[in-house]
Amino acid sequence: MLRQQFGDKIDRAEVSCGDTIVYVRKSVLIAVMRWLKESPDQDYQYLADITAVEYRDGERPLEIVYELFSLQKLTQLRVKVELDKARALALPSVVSLWKGANWLEREVYDMFGVQFENHPDLRRILMWETYAEGHPLRKDFPLRGRFSRSEQVRQALNANPEAHYSMEELSIAEAYVDLPPEMRDRLARGERGRIPDPGDE
Amino acid sequence: MGQKRTVELDVATPGVNEAGEAQRYPLGVGRAPSFIDDSEPALGGDHMLVNIGPQHPATHGVLRLVVELDGEVVKRVIPHVGYLHSGFEKLGEYRHYNQLIPLTDRMDYLAPMSNNVGLALAAEKLMGLETTERCKVLRVIACEMSRIISHLVWMGTTAIDIGAFTPFLWCFQQREIIYNLQEMWTGARLTTSLTRVGGLMADIPDGFENGLRQFCANFPKVLDEVDRMLTRNGIWVGRTQGIGVLSGEDAINYSLSGPMLRASGVPYDVRKDRPYLDYETYDFEVPIGEHGDVYDRFLCRFEEMRQSTRILEQALDRLPAGPINIDDPRVILPGKTAAMSDMEAMIFHFKQVMEGVPAPVGEAYLPIEGPKGELGYYLVSDGTAKPVRWRVRPPAFINLAALPEMAEGHMLSDLIAINASVDIVMGEVDR
Repeated sequence: MLRQQFGDKIDRAEVSCGDTIVYVRKSVLIAVMRWLKESPDQDYQYLADITAVEYRDGERPLEIVYELFSLQKLTQLRVKVELDKARALALPSVVSLWKGANWLEREVYDMFGVQFENHPDLRRILMWETYAEGHPLRKDFPLRGRFSRSEQVRQALNANPEAHYSMEELSIAEAYVDLPPEMRDRLARGERGRIPDPGDE
Repeated sequence: MGQKRTVELDVATPGVNEAGEAQRYPLGVGRAPSFIDDSEPALGGDHMLVNIGPQHPATHGVLRLVVELDGEVVKRVIPHVGYLHSGFEKLGEYRHYNQLIPLTDRMDYLAPMSNNVGLALAAEKLMGLETTERCKVLRVIACEMSRIISHLVWMGTTAIDIGAFTPFLWCFQQREIIYNLQEMWTGARLTTSLTRVGGLMADIPDGFENGLRQFCANFPKVLDEVDRMLTRNGIWVGRTQGIGVLSGEDAINYSLSGPMLRASGVPYDVRKDRPYLDYETYDFEVPIGEHGDVYDRFLCRFEEMRQSTRILEQALDRLPAGPINIDDPRVILPGKTAAMSDMEAMIFHFKQVMEGVPAPVGEAYLPIEGPKGELGYYLVSDGTAKPVRWRVRPPAFINLAALPEMAEGHMLSDLIAINASVDIVMGEVDR
C-alpha cells in the first residue's frame, strides 16, 4: 500500500514480535506521515511516541522511530527513518502534523543530538541548556559522563543566576532591556553563566 | 457517564449559576467589570515574569514553570523539566532485563507495581514467553491496586491545591491500606520490584486475599464520602469546570493518554483497545468525559477507581491455583534449595546471574494503561542479555507538554488547578 504511493522511497518493511515496521527515506517523511495521518483508509491519528535507537554496532545507522496508532482500526504501525552517522544528523520535524511531537523531538535532540528541521523550539529538555558534555544516549557517551564529578560540581556552583532564564523568558518582562549592557551582550552571544578556568585565580 | 454534568446544587453557591455552570469574571482587560471608569489611566501595562518552582508544593514535584502574567491572567507558560533526570534509559543499556525492574519502580513512584508489570510484559513480548494464568490474574491485581493508589494521591493533593483539606486525609487513609497490602506481598511499600521476566517475585501471602476483599468492600463507601464532599461542592465546581479545556481533537493531536484523553471524549483505553493480561475478559467500563476540563478529569479518575475496584473483585474471584512462574529454567531462577543441592539447577542459576537472559534479535513496543495514561516500553535487542535501547513512553511527560495550551488565558490560580489535573509524577517525566 505504502509502496504503491511512494515507490522506492520506502526502503523495506518487516515484522518484529508482531509489530509492523516500515523504513522510510527522510526526504518523504513528512509526505508519508501526512498520508498516514490524513488518508481515510490509513487513519493513523495518534502518535504514541518518537524515539531514536543507536546500535552497538557502529556501522549501523541511527534510527528515528515513530510509533503510530489508529484509534479507529486499532492497529499499530512503526515508521523508522535511518540516518547515516557519517553525515549530519538531521531530518524534518513532524510538529506541523502533531503538536505532541514538540517535546518528544526535543528529547531526541537532547539525548541523541539529532536536529529537527522546522521545529519551533528545539532546545534541550531534560538536560539544562548550558550542558556541555554532549548527548547522553549516544553509544560513545560514557555512563558516568564526560566530565569528572569535581568538574561537574564546580560548574554547577559557578553558574550565574541569570543562566536559569532563557533569553525568551528575560524578554517577557522586558527584563532583558534593563540588564546591564555587558550582561546583555554576553547573553546575546549565547553565553550564560561564565565558567572560569581552573587557572583563573 | 451520561449523568455526569447533571450537578444539581442544593443551594445557590457563589460562582455557579442555576444551570450548574461556573460563573467566572476574569480580571482581564477584555471583560473589565462595568464599574471601572474608563477615563482613569489603565493600571500598569507591564507584564510580569513569575517563576514557580521547582521547589513549590503546588507544582507536584520539581517542575519549574516560568509564567508571563498580565495582571493575574497567564499569558504564557514555559515549563522546565529535567530536575529529576536520572538517566534510567542510559543505565538500562548496562543492565539485564530483570535488573531493569528496580529502575521502573523509581519512575512513577506513586504506582510502582504497574510499571513493573509493563516492563515484564514488554520483555516477555520480546522473548516470546507466555506467563501462567495465576501470574496474569495477580498482575491484573497489581495494576489495579496501583491505579487506585495513584488516583487517590491525585485526588487528595489536587483537592488540597484547590483548597479542600479533608478528602486528602480520607484518600491517604485508604492508600495506606493498599500500601500495607503491597508491603505484605513484596516486602516494600514503594520500591516493590514485583515482577520478573516470566513471572513474579513472590506469590501473594496468606491473608492478602482477605485483606484485599475487605478493602474492596469498604473502599466504595469512602469514595461516596469524597463524592459528597467534592462532586457537588460549589467551590470545587467553580474552580474546576470550564478550566483548562482541551477538545478531543487537540487531545489526540497532543498525544495525550489516560484520563487526560478520555476526559476530552476520546474513548481510548489501552486495556480495551490493545488488551493485555486478558483484560478483555473482565467486565468493566471506561468513563468518558465530554468537556475536557479539570472537572471532567476529576470525574474520570473518580469513576476509574470504582471500576478498578470491580476489576479487583473479579480478579479475586477467578484467581486460579497453580504456579506463578513459567516452567523454563533458562528464564526463571531455580529455588534456593535446588540451586544448593542440584547440579543442573546450580548451573542454570550461575548462567542467569552471570550472563542474564538473552533475548532474540528484535524489538517490541508494549503499551499498558498505567494510572497516568499509556505507559509504553520499547525494547530493542541485538541478541545479548542487555537491551540495546530501553525506552519508556512516559505518559506524564507527554501529558505535561499540553500544559501551556491549556493554561494560557486562565488566571494564575487556575494554572495550579490545571497543572494538578495533568497528574504528573516528576520521577516519570524526567526519568
